[in-house]
Amino acid sequence: MNEIAAKLTSKDFASDQEVRWCPGCGDYSILKQVQTVLPDLGRPREEFVFISGIGCSSRFPYYMDTFGMHSIHGRATAIATGLKATRPDLSVWIITGDGDSMSIGGNHFIHLLRRNPDVNVLLFNNQIYGLTKGQYSPTSEQGKVTKSSPMGSVDYPFNPIALCLGADATFVARTMDRDPKHQQAIIKRGHDHKGTSLVEIYQNCNVFNDGAYEIYTEKSSKKEETLMMEHGKPLIFGENNDKGIKLDGFKPVIVSLNDVSVDDLWVHDETDLVKATIISRFYDDPGKENHFPRPFGVFYVNNNKRTFDDLFNEQITEAKETKGPGELNQLLAGRETWVVN
Amino acid sequence: MAKTTENELESVVIRFAGDSGDGMQLTGTQFSNTTALFGNDIATFPDFPAEIRAPIGTLAGVSGYQIHFGSKKINTPGDLSDVLVVMNVAALKANIKGLRKGGVIIANSDGFDSKNMRLANVPEDKNPLTDGSLSEYDVKTIDVTKITRAALADSGMGTKEIDRCKNMFVLGLIYWMYHRDMQSSIDFITSKFSKNQAVMNANIKVLQAGWSYGETTEMFANRYNVAPAQMETGIYRSIMGNQAAAYGLIAASVKCGLPLFYGTYPITPASDILHELSKYKNFDIKTFQAEDEIAAICSSIGAAFGGSLAITGSSGPGIALKGEAIGLATMLEMPLVIVNVQRAGPSTGMPTKTEQADLMQAMYGRNGECPVVILAAQSPSDCFTMAYEACRIALQHMIPVFFLSDGYIANGAEPWKFPQSKDLPEIKVSFAPQRAADDPKFMPYLRDEKLSRPWAIPGTKGLEHRIGGLEKQNETGNISYDGDNHELMTHLRQEKVDTVANNIPLQTIDTGAETGDLLILGWGGTYGALKTATTILRGEGLNVSHAHVRYINPFPKNLGDILRNFKTVVVPELNNGQLVKIIRDKYFVDAIPYNKIQGQPFMSDEVVRKIKEILA
Repeated sequence: MNEIAAKLTSKDFASDQEVRWCPGCGDYSILKQVQTVLPDLGRPREEFVFISGIGCSSRFPYYMDTFGMHSIHGRATAIATGLKATRPDLSVWIITGDGDSMSIGGNHFIHLLRRNPDVNVLLFNNQIYGLTKGQYSPTSEQGKVTKSSPMGSVDYPFNPIALCLGADATFVARTMDRDPKHQQAIIKRGHDHKGTSLVEIYQNCNVFNDGAYEIYTEKSSKKEETLMMEHGKPLIFGENNDKGIKLDGFKPVIVSLNDVSVDDLWVHDETDLVKATIISRFYDDPGKENHFPRPFGVFYVNNNKRTFDDLFNEQITEAKETKGPGELNQLLAGRETWVVN
Repeated sequence: MAKTTENELESVVIRFAGDSGDGMQLTGTQFSNTTALFGNDIATFPDFPAEIRAPIGTLAGVSGYQIHFGSKKINTPGDLSDVLVVMNVAALKANIKGLRKGGVIIANSDGFDSKNMRLANVPEDKNPLTDGSLSEYDVKTIDVTKITRAALADSGMGTKEIDRCKNMFVLGLIYWMYHRDMQSSIDFITSKFSKNQAVMNANIKVLQAGWSYGETTEMFANRYNVAPAQMETGIYRSIMGNQAAAYGLIAASVKCGLPLFYGTYPITPASDILHELSKYKNFDIKTFQAEDEIAAICSSIGAAFGGSLAITGSSGPGIALKGEAIGLATMLEMPLVIVNVQRAGPSTGMPTKTEQADLMQAMYGRNGECPVVILAAQSPSDCFTMAYEACRIALQHMIPVFFLSDGYIANGAEPWKFPQSKDLPEIKVSFAPQRAADDPKFMPYLRDEKLSRPWAIPGTKGLEHRIGGLEKQNETGNISYDGDNHELMTHLRQEKVDTVANNIPLQTIDTGAETGDLLILGWGGTYGALKTATTILRGEGLNVSHAHVRYINPFPKNLGDILRNFKTVVVPELNNGQLVKIIRDKYFVDAIPYNKIQGQPFMSDEVVRKIKEILA
């Protein structure tokens, strides 16, 4: 297998179809990072399957030279569950957007996370409906003025990370289109996780919602506004790495490293659900005074929850072991028969 | 010992009726199994409320189970019953009009006390057991509750538990009346309550008490013999429709050599297929209870993509939710079987009542031009054959196939001369083989002589390809918005369905001559009633025939010729006229609709009257 993988390059994963996202779309970067990561995963190309729903992001499978299905709105999660349940040997990837996964496909999305099949979800979050030309999405901020909300949207947005933790997801991470290295590292970790990996990717829609994440991606503000989490390391951020997060009981507080020692800072622990839950709530409007920085990286990993595909197929194996393989003639005859002469 | 007269009967209809907590379904099923084992032909009809436990004693809570058995061919559960067993006054009130004049009523007097009278809205002074209103019937009043309690006085069980054994008393008494062997029921009780010795013993004791009651009291002057039926020689078993459907799916999985995946969401009256399938994991049967109907079908589409025999099952409301995904499966040209056990609609409708009103939904209920294959079973055991056929056609033609059943045949039982595995038609499946790097590019929509495309499953080297719901170019499968191509693909998807006509049996006349004055054309669960009606009409010298279509889209190639051999075509359906519309549209035959939309099956008698009226 290593031999095969060694021969593959990112080009081997590019299909012959012309990529048709708008010039400047954040999706290009995600496509590139995935094509870059895949050769390193040690699997032959035919074992990869990309399943998507509907939306700009869901065109993704057409551009990958793997098996793929561009399905219907919101249902990639359900299709992938059926595929993985019956074909646990495959590497199954779900490509979805904020509308696809959390609006029309919200139900399947939470149930996917609850069941925990060993699949990878790349959630392209651009906080807007792009394909239908610019309506507010379930992650758009309240008050957003769009074609369908000329006076501003009255809906409160979802916090995707908190939603996923609430659904007992076993791998929850966030990255951004404009940071290729970070993206590649997170996607690879997602793949390596046994269970459902959920990677939320902040993706800029330069046509309908340009600059939504500028504050996190632009060099001038990135260090001040983002919190790059690393397991086992203190939560530090700021232009000069001069700020940190400290836990005061259950209450997180921003401190200056001029006043507080690094040793007193909150040390990120990916396996701590309570802390992950707190940090997932760093979801402030960046315009708000004393707001928390937006975290990126892996929020939470749970390696102890068995996967759906394992449990599902173990029952089949167990039934065969205890009852023996099914015998059709015996089944059709049942327990009680009679003879007519 | 009481003196009893022995009587020979050709057939008998018994209806057990009581509160939904009285165990009437179990009583009926037990009597059916024993009777089938004895060698009678049988047909059964469970008729129960949607509520699991509707208010005790009320009309809404009445649960009934009718069985028709005989020494002759039995096609239906019977129009009117000969014997009506009622556990309370509500059960009598709800079922008396279905009892023939002069029929026997066995009434549990405890269920006619003032409380039960009040719950059933019967005035205190109008107790039917005493006010003479039942003078046209042979009424046997027994205090079943009191006798059951007496029989179990020293069992150590509480009154509530004891009262649950009442139905066994009735079962034992009916066994005595019809000379049935109780061993099968004793075995059933023994196995069902193997973990609770006290309950096991109590049930058996009360069952025997019922028998002894018939034997020792002088209340019953008559006992009856119904000789075994003259049926085709062979080995038989009793089968219910949903069980048969599950077996048909399993058989197809075994014969095609692929694991079966059943993605579903619980819904009445289809859930029993899930329950049945989930017992057979050792056959590589994988059942998935999804979060909703949409996920159910989508998970099945995922399984089909991966190379499983994929099935989804539901009833009308669930099928409505699956519509978009059925369209996807049609575009993907993927093998998929969609089971619809129909119930009375629209919307939630009457979940436990039967209807045939989802034919148009199966035929047309999707956006765009979206033809699918449609098959319909005609009896409980035919659910096996047609479920198997649905899988065979789906796999051989790479196409979604609807299998239509209905609540009536799904829950009904009949004797079944079950097949052997070797007698079932072969289902050969082959996946597209792997390709080398220098082979020409793989074409996912390149078609064979049946117009079906290759089944190229993930994991196969060299077959990497993308499919989806967008219109695609023929052969390459690439996205295409070209107008001419869309028209071509639309025609191809239709031709794929039409081509299935080469792979199904021709239509036959079930009863009667090939030509004549009138053809009764039916489909689905009305088979038994229409067959019986035709036999009666022909017995009276009328030139009537009956044909029953099981392959509806496409129709058998000769159906048009058959229709033209009759002066009049009548299409009886349990809907407001659906097959009749398709028949008129396709064959320009001025077929006459005959419709019943009461959540109940046809009675043979009403069909006979209607046909006579048309012929007059």
